[in-house]
Amino acid sequence: MATDTQQRPATTEVGGRRSMGFESTLDAQIPPGPLQDKWDTHRFKMKLVNPANKRKYTVIMVGSGLGGASAAASLAELGYKVKCFCYQDSPRRAHSIAAQGGINAAKNYRNDGDSIFRLFYDTIKGGDFRAREANVYRLAQVSVNIIDQCVAQGVPFAREYGGQLDNRSFGGAQVSRTFYARGQTGQQLLLGAYQQLERQIGLGNVEMDTRTEMLDLVVVNGRAKGIITRDMVTGKIEAHAGDAVVLATGGYGNVFHLSTNAKGSNTTAIWRAHRKGAFFGNPCYTQIHPTCIPVSGEHQSKLTLMSESLRNDGRVWVPKRPGDTRPPHEIPEAERDYYLERKYPSFGNLAPRDISSRSAKEACDAGLGVGPGGLGVYLDFADAIQRLGVAKIRERYGNLFDMYQRITAENPYEVPMRIYPAVHYTMGGLWVDYNLMSTIPGLFVIGEANFSDHGANRLGASALMQGLADGYFVLPNTIGDYLAQVKPGDYNLAGDEFRQVQEDVSERTNRLMSIKGKRSVDSFHRELGRIMWDECGMARNEQGLKRALEQIPELRAEFWENVRVTGEATNINQELEKAGRVADFLELGELMCLDALHRTESCGGHFREESQTEEGEALRDDDHFAYVAAWEFRGLNQQPVLHREPLSFENVQLAQRSYK
Amino acid sequence: MNVTLQVWRQKNATAKGQMVKYEVKNISPDTSFLEMLDIVNQELIARDEDPIAFDHDCREGICGMCSLMINGMAHGPEHATTTCQLHMRSFKDGDTIYVEPWRARSFPVLKDLIVDRGAFDRIIAAGGYISVSTGSAPEANVIPVPKENSDLAMDAAACIACGACVAACPNASAMLFTAAKVSHLALLPQGQPERHKRVIDMVRQMDDEGFGHCTNIGECSIACPKEISMDFISMLNRELIKATATNKE
Ligand SMILES: Cc1cc2nc3c(=O)[nH]c(=O)nc-3n(C[C@H](O)[C@H](O)[C@H](O)COP(=O)(O)OP(=O)(O)OC[C@H]3O[C@@H](n4cnc5c(N)ncnc54)[C@H](O)[C@@H]3O)c2cc1C
Ligand code: FES
Repeated sequence: MATDTQQRPATTEVGGRRSMGFESTLDAQIPPGPLQDKWDTHRFKMKLVNPANKRKYTVIMVGSGLGGASAAASLAELGYKVKCFCYQDSPRRAHSIAAQGGINAAKNYRNDGDSIFRLFYDTIKGGDFRAREANVYRLAQVSVNIIDQCVAQGVPFAREYGGQLDNRSFGGAQVSRTFYARGQTGQQLLLGAYQQLERQIGLGNVEMDTRTEMLDLVVVNGRAKGIITRDMVTGKIEAHAGDAVVLATGGYGNVFHLSTNAKGSNTTAIWRAHRKGAFFGNPCYTQIHPTCIPVSGEHQSKLTLMSESLRNDGRVWVPKRPGDTRPPHEIPEAERDYYLERKYPSFGNLAPRDISSRSAKEACDAGLGVGPGGLGVYLDFADAIQRLGVAKIRERYGNLFDMYQRITAENPYEVPMRIYPAVHYTMGGLWVDYNLMSTIPGLFVIGEANFSDHGANRLGASALMQGLADGYFVLPNTIGDYLAQVKPGDYNLAGDEFRQVQEDVSERTNRLMSIKGKRSVDSFHRELGRIMWDECGMARNEQGLKRALEQIPELRAEFWENVRVTGEATNINQELEKAGRVADFLELGELMCLDALHRTESCGGHFREESQTEEGEALRDDDHFAYVAAWEFRGLNQQPVLHREPLSFENVQLAQRSYK
Repeated sequence: MNVTLQVWRQKNATAKGQMVKYEVKNISPDTSFLEMLDIVNQELIARDEDPIAFDHDCREGICGMCSLMINGMAHGPEHATTTCQLHMRSFKDGDTIYVEPWRARSFPVLKDLIVDRGAFDRIIAAGGYISVSTGSAPEANVIPVPKENSDLAMDAAACIACGACVAACPNASAMLFTAAKVSHLALLPQGQPERHKRVIDMVRQMDDEGFGHCTNIGECSIACPKEISMDFISMLNRELIKATATNKE
């Protein structure tokens, strides 16, 4: 291994704070000065592009979700030329559309003690002290502007009778700061951003390429200058050039095959950029969401999330006796274990996601699970229905209840829901500095695709906030600072670099088509998913991770010899699309396991069985692991190089997380 | 359960298509309709045949990507359910199921069951927004919105732009889609300044895209997986009359 990932660096005291005994090789560009002033100071210091010059710059925006759509629209409003890409048939279908629960903002409309600092603190604590203070504080600061912006766009947030905005509370917080639009918050926020994007398309400021997949990044003289895409209708491989490239391509949870992500969600854009030099931050940090509908059989193609807002009114329980097969209503109160309320009295059913998920797994591992295969726990609304009435519950969760009933054919107004954890969100992603720029100059990464802000665990309702913060308020400022320092149009679409990468992409596509093996793409994906879920899922240990690190390269080798891609490359070919994505997942999965193996502590969503308290809670090791792991690609089947960005906490006290 | 499928196969936009028969055996009733197609496709791949191409993404009824006329019904037989949320338990053992793409002049078929719905985006681009640039928004609670209005706006905004309304309409009209957006924005105070221009521009674009005229048949609303109400079409018509009357253009 190229660096000392196995050796533990010594701990030293610096200025009364604990710090790591190694030099950071990464400059996160965190502005100096007090936390509260950093963003202001930074905005003042950044270089500006002259308004008249903005139209000379082209920005390539890959992705049209909350991050991409909001950024593309905002950049176009500023005067930049934008080329935006998505793989669906319309930018409005990005997977942000599926977010149900809500979006946080430190408005303190409830007068319940919320503040920017509290949102900042909750996010840092929720992330188990593995996020960068400066970024998180900025996120909390701009959260209030996001709500203003969305309301002005016509996002129909829930309102109270007086006409003011309504709020609810969400996992991991004791204040009500979550704004929502029925159970379709992501949809409404995305449509708000999408409509602004369409407005700019109509005005001719954004060129939108739908059904177009980015398959590689073009770097010229060390700077990101373009991308190579495949037109998913004609199969044409094309090059696009710009002065900067932004990746807003979402999360990579589909490496597990089954997840709450959309079927097309992928890692290809960020993985290809990683191969071109962008470091990958904390790849192993995965969020397993506690409230999903359990798997019903082999045919399962994806998992459906039930918003965790349900945990506001639903009570989680399992029978106390293993193997109790009585229907739920026949199990008396005394024989039920409301384990979250029992173990975490102050947060109860609203304990953070990682804790709730792991508790469900523990209950099921102990034989207390309910439903097919014993892989489920109850989420019971009987008390809430009695207290508030069916009408109120229907108003709050009607569409979620309907969805549950459609999938399971059970009526949750009458029988408790069955839920089980599922892969939901990836906190890891490409490493970015305070400006959201990766280690490749000119390559920016926003939304779920970057690693920033959520540390080792994301709080509910904070991803929508981060995507929109990045897209509306952060990137439009920071990208200007970069562009102001480069000459516009400094690229040559006909140059060698573009031609070379374009040839590489064509060659890879042809290779996939010509293997003509025996196994379908799906069968490889399923097998990879099983390895990842078993060894790099809710609980991880050294033995299992080492096993996975042997299995994944073998599977990858088999893939390149034995995969069968039917059809033609010059037509719509969904098998070819999947094959390219699975090929990249087969590389990413290995890095995730490697990262999980090297981090011998438990933190947030990363639970190493070797590192737990006596009560079985995650045990951090701040002395050795208070850093961001940023991995550098050195070639396939080569050890990647680990770079560390030490995390220093100047404004919060590092504490063992407790939700008791 | 076992079913027989009759599926529209069409190689590309210019090729001639035809119905092709597939026998599907031993499907669990808990399988979703799209998972059933996945299983058929795995069998086709095993036989080295081109699998059936169909649009889908979220598979949870919200992105609007999935489509399909199933036995002549947009999104199949279940009320308020997208194709991706439809399960095989809605069919009987031994059924023959006809699966076709959306059929409308403005939604050309690209391959098999996949159509081009780009016209919807262009209708939005023509005016389906409130012009407010980033940074220029006032404090969110400055303008109260009566709960009834905001709830009604949300009912309209729930549209997922899947195109079932167009596919179900004998005239292939996009009126329900357009009306949902016009109504959503007209119901909110923020939408007032552009209210008239919006409806005129969006309706013009809708006509330019070649969608048929609305004759108030109501098939659209019945087929709509999000139960968008016909009332919004009346609202659009009222908006259009007012706008045309006051428009000086
Ligand atoms: C079911 C579900 C519920 C959720 N609920 C909540 C919630 O209540 N609150 C909350 O805060 N967060 C929630 N989240 C998380 C949140 O929705 C996401 O993290 C966030 O929306 C991601 O936004 P994004 O813009 O980064 O990516 P996405 O919205 O996923 O957009 C990705 C975009 O990139 C494009 N793209 C991807 N790959 C390529 C490629 N190779 N080439 C070209 N284009 C590409 C896609 O077409 C798409 O336009 C939820 C997530 C899920 C899955
Ligand atoms: S696949 Fe998203 S609505 Fe059906």
